[in-house]
Amino acid sequence: MFLSMNWIKDFVDLSGLDERELIAKFSLSTAEVENDIYFKGSDISGIVAAKIVSVEDHPDSKKLHLLKVDIGEEQLVDVVCGAPNVRVGMVTAFAKLGAKIGDVTIAPRKLAGYTSNGMCCSEKEIGISDDNSGIMEILDDITLGTDLKDIYEIDDIIFEVDNKSLTNRPDLWSHYGIAREFAAISGRKLKEYESVELSKYDNLKKIDLKIEDPLCYRYSCLQFENIKRTISPVNMRIRLFYCGMRAINFLADLTNYLMLELGQPMHAFDSRKVEKIRIKRFENEFDFTTLDGIKRHIDPDTLMICSDNTPVAIAGIMGGLDSEIVEDTHTLTLESATFDATSIRKSTVRLSHRTDASIRYEKSLDPELTVKAIARFVYLLNKYDENVKIVSSLTDEYAYKYPKVTLNFNKDYVDKYTGISIDNDTIIDTLTKLGFKVELNDNNFTVDVPSYRATKDVTIKADIIEEITRIYGYDNFEIHTAKAPLFPTRPENTKKDEDNIKDILVKRYSLHELHSYIWNNVDNQKEIGIDNVGVIKLKNATNPNIETIRKSMIPTLLCEIKQNIGFSTDYGIFEVGRVVSAMDENNMCVENKILGISLYSKTMNTRDLYFRLKGIIEDIFEELKHKKVEYKTNAPEYNFEHPTNLNEIICEDISLGKIGIAHPSVQNKIDKRAAVVFADIDIDKFCKINNNSIQYEEPSKFPSIEIDLSFISSKFEPIKKAIQNVQCPLIKNFEVIDIYEDKNFKSIAVRLTFSDSNRTLTKDEVTKVSDKIVEDLKQNGIMLKS
Amino acid sequence: MKEKFEQLKNKLNIELKETQNAQTLEDLRIKYLGKKGQITDLLKGMKDLTVEEKKNFGKLINELKTQAVESISKRSEELKQLEIQREIDTMPEFDLSIESKQNFGSYHPITLVQRECERIFTTMGFNVEDYPEVVTDYECFEAVNVPKNHPARDMQDTYYLENGELLKSQTSAAQNAILKKYSKQLIEDSMPIKAIFPGRCFRNEATDASHENTFFQMEGVMVDKDISISNLIYFMKTMLSEVFMRDIKVRLRPGFFPFVEPGFELDINCLICGGDGCPSCNHSGWLELCPCGMIHPEVLKEGGIDPEKYTGFAFGLGLTRLAMMKYRIKDIRDLNSGSLKALSQFTEDK
Repeated sequence: MFLSMNWIKDFVDLSGLDERELIAKFSLSTAEVENDIYFKGSDISGIVAAKIVSVEDHPDSKKLHLLKVDIGEEQLVDVVCGAPNVRVGMVTAFAKLGAKIGDVTIAPRKLAGYTSNGMCCSEKEIGISDDNSGIMEILDDITLGTDLKDIYEIDDIIFEVDNKSLTNRPDLWSHYGIAREFAAISGRKLKEYESVELSKYDNLKKIDLKIEDPLCYRYSCLQFENIKRTISPVNMRIRLFYCGMRAINFLADLTNYLMLELGQPMHAFDSRKVEKIRIKRFENEFDFTTLDGIKRHIDPDTLMICSDNTPVAIAGIMGGLDSEIVEDTHTLTLESATFDATSIRKSTVRLSHRTDASIRYEKSLDPELTVKAIARFVYLLNKYDENVKIVSSLTDEYAYKYPKVTLNFNKDYVDKYTGISIDNDTIIDTLTKLGFKVELNDNNFTVDVPSYRATKDVTIKADIIEEITRIYGYDNFEIHTAKAPLFPTRPENTKKDEDNIKDILVKRYSLHELHSYIWNNVDNQKEIGIDNVGVIKLKNATNPNIETIRKSMIPTLLCEIKQNIGFSTDYGIFEVGRVVSAMDENNMCVENKILGISLYSKTMNTRDLYFRLKGIIEDIFEELKHKKVEYKTNAPEYNFEHPTNLNEIICEDISLGKIGIAHPSVQNKIDKRAAVVFADIDIDKFCKINNNSIQYEEPSKFPSIEIDLSFISSKFEPIKKAIQNVQCPLIKNFEVIDIYEDKNFKSIAVRLTFSDSNRTLTKDEVTKVSDKIVEDLKQNGIMLKS
Repeated sequence: MKEKFEQLKNKLNIELKETQNAQTLEDLRIKYLGKKGQITDLLKGMKDLTVEEKKNFGKLINELKTQAVESISKRSEELKQLEIQREIDTMPEFDLSIESKQNFGSYHPITLVQRECERIFTTMGFNVEDYPEVVTDYECFEAVNVPKNHPARDMQDTYYLENGELLKSQTSAAQNAILKKYSKQLIEDSMPIKAIFPGRCFRNEATDASHENTFFQMEGVMVDKDISISNLIYFMKTMLSEVFMRDIKVRLRPGFFPFVEPGFELDINCLICGGDGCPSCNHSGWLELCPCGMIHPEVLKEGGIDPEKYTGFAFGLGLTRLAMMKYRIKDIRDLNSGSLKALSQFTEDK
């Protein structure tokens, strides 16, 4: 919203103050002011009122005219002018020699053989409207040669307030409301709002009016006739233009002017079209043409202004084409009303049509404004057109009145909330300037909230704190730390484990952490042949490609692997992210925090890469939990999983995730000559696993004995079981030291390490144990390799 | 005889000098001292001598033998030294302009910035909380004073799920749970609530260089008996000075957010120009950084805390924004791009 300092100064005397500084203060105390401030009129000078005394056609040009103009000096000035609307007797804006318009300084100039000693200007050229169809026509009676800046408000400071920062301040959608803030900020007094006493029309007829819907809070109207004036006063047009509106005609301009000045949207109907004003909604849907000529679809939730049963306007949004003021309109009905904010907001959304009026209504306007606006309207109407006749009494139905808001608090509360001490006089003065009524008894304040702040904005005493402190100025706050008792913080395990996992993956295994999205990207997955699997979708996704919430994180990772194949011959990526794995019995999402890892290699074979990943996982469990991991083969659930070597990752009988190889059909699409493996681990489950504390064992001072055994077996599992089954405390360690495989058989060599902390072991007792293992395995058909 | 000895000795010394490696030295040792060596042979010839002769002769041979052993071991030492010298001489000088191959892993830049913020707040006694991404309408809106039909809901385009749940549009969605979690300790043990909760947020909007539908925020709350606006400014200034590792100027402007009253927009002096005005700050000298405010009494009440007894502040720091500022990332989309060219650059950052 654009604001004019001249307009604000109608209501508060700011003389002697630095206006730029006040605007900056306003930004810190009230609402955000955009960076660019416009100094209107600063780039023009030397434009005076001049009368065209004679007009001659240019002998060689159809467009140009040779004029003599009177600028109030002894000599008439010769001017060459190309404007189509020149005529003798016309008073216009004239740039004298030496005048400045933007970067141009007016100097004598030859035009088609004739010298022009100055320039007649259009309104656009002097920046007061966008009308460039001809030179400006001055209708006011002014002395020729007068600088236009002396009679018109061409010089002005215009600033823009971010609309978003006014969301909760219906009172600030007007110059009068903003002026109230400037008064409070500057310490000056807000002037009375000049208007007329409408009661003098009370003996005139009433308008037939009935509010038939609770969504209309108040409806005020007045009829008048005989408006003769069509063009608005120049200053009014300048203000409208500077504030981003276009002048249309006197009547339309005046309603817009009132809206910008007081914040109350108004609308004028042709009285012939609105004989019985009814405000209501319709049961059926229908089409309605608004005054911009667009046919709009009206549903049963949209509040309408009607003449009996004929809709004439969409309440709070826009008038209808049929009831618009036309040339032969004799009597006008002026509407000034208040509607339910939410209803207006929702209607604008449904109609996809926001107007300057609806923007204000949806902020919860003060219903007290309706009559005030009509009174001001009549005041301005009388001021600018003496012919106007009021033909009805003020007809006003006030259906819903906001409750009066009174707040009680004491000085202690203010001190506690602010953390500083603001004295009682400052509190009273600030609140009074903002329109609050304040009473103080023994440090206890009773504050009446003015109606324009009581529609939703100020409802609790904390709101009063804001009023006091923002005017006091946050820059003036003395700042200090809290006097809160100290307690140790207890970092959550989740956080610690997650951080440690990331450190292991990044620092030890040189993996790269990536972030992706919580939804499947169907297109990306399709490219590498992965199905779109999920248990729930977004309701309002704008793009069907990204509407399924992912059930597994692996597809995202595999897409990223594909995306980065040019990065290096070998790399690994991971993400700690979320998936929705299921819906619970209440149809709520079961969300899991998952660590997903995927490795890619062009130099390692699939088995080695798989074992590298397996090693990474075991490392995480070993280091952070001092626990071993077990595996259980699993049947594939998704089409990206290779059916072989898909294993569940198990720790303490809890399944935490999976490790597997990319399905050949997917892997071929990623890269035919590379191996791709993946794993995922449920982080929340991982965090719940107890950390086995470190059990220190003193190293034995006696030598250990190692025995190597080689068995013919395709798997290590039975050998491992046999070793564990002998339950010999002397076996301190066992490990696979060699695997040999040819066409005929596979053998696995194991090294057993025996030791005791109190004595040297004998060969015999050790051999006894290893013989038992060999014997056990023999029973199961696993022979020692000869 | 003595002459023969001398000859042998001289011959050995000459041959020793000629040896250039361990193998020829060993050959030489065998030639003289081996079982069939020339010195050993001399001993064999002693069997025909008289006892007296044997005695003298034996002594001489032993002397000769000792001398030979010494000479050989001395030569052996010399050869070892020569070998080391040769190794030194043959070592080429490396071309250090050739870069070594590195194999670093990388953290996501959000992780780095988040850890830094967590570190700062932990040192100031704040707990770090975790929160789901799928939340209910109650958590995200109703519990933080944004009832149905509130215009603030229009300001944020929320992603709703088919079952009525939603992807959290702000980290404030965690406020209610955090307040409830710690309210008992606050009331019974006078233990102030101090918590931060970093998390991923979602907004249903079109993406471009400065808009993402998926981004990170970090919410912070502090609640106790006498928490004031003055405390809020102090904490924000201290925390941001730590984050940016310099003395930051902050300023508060009124801002409207339903979960706080009063609510503020917090600006910091521009990091690039320091406040003089530059293109980065649109010549204003200030950067809008984070919304904050005093927790709305309704929000406290909903969290089980009596707003007549306790007050608190809350803030929402844009972690994504912070990461972009810190690393001068111009396009927000780089962060979720999955591109290793972009993201592998973020190695550990101390």
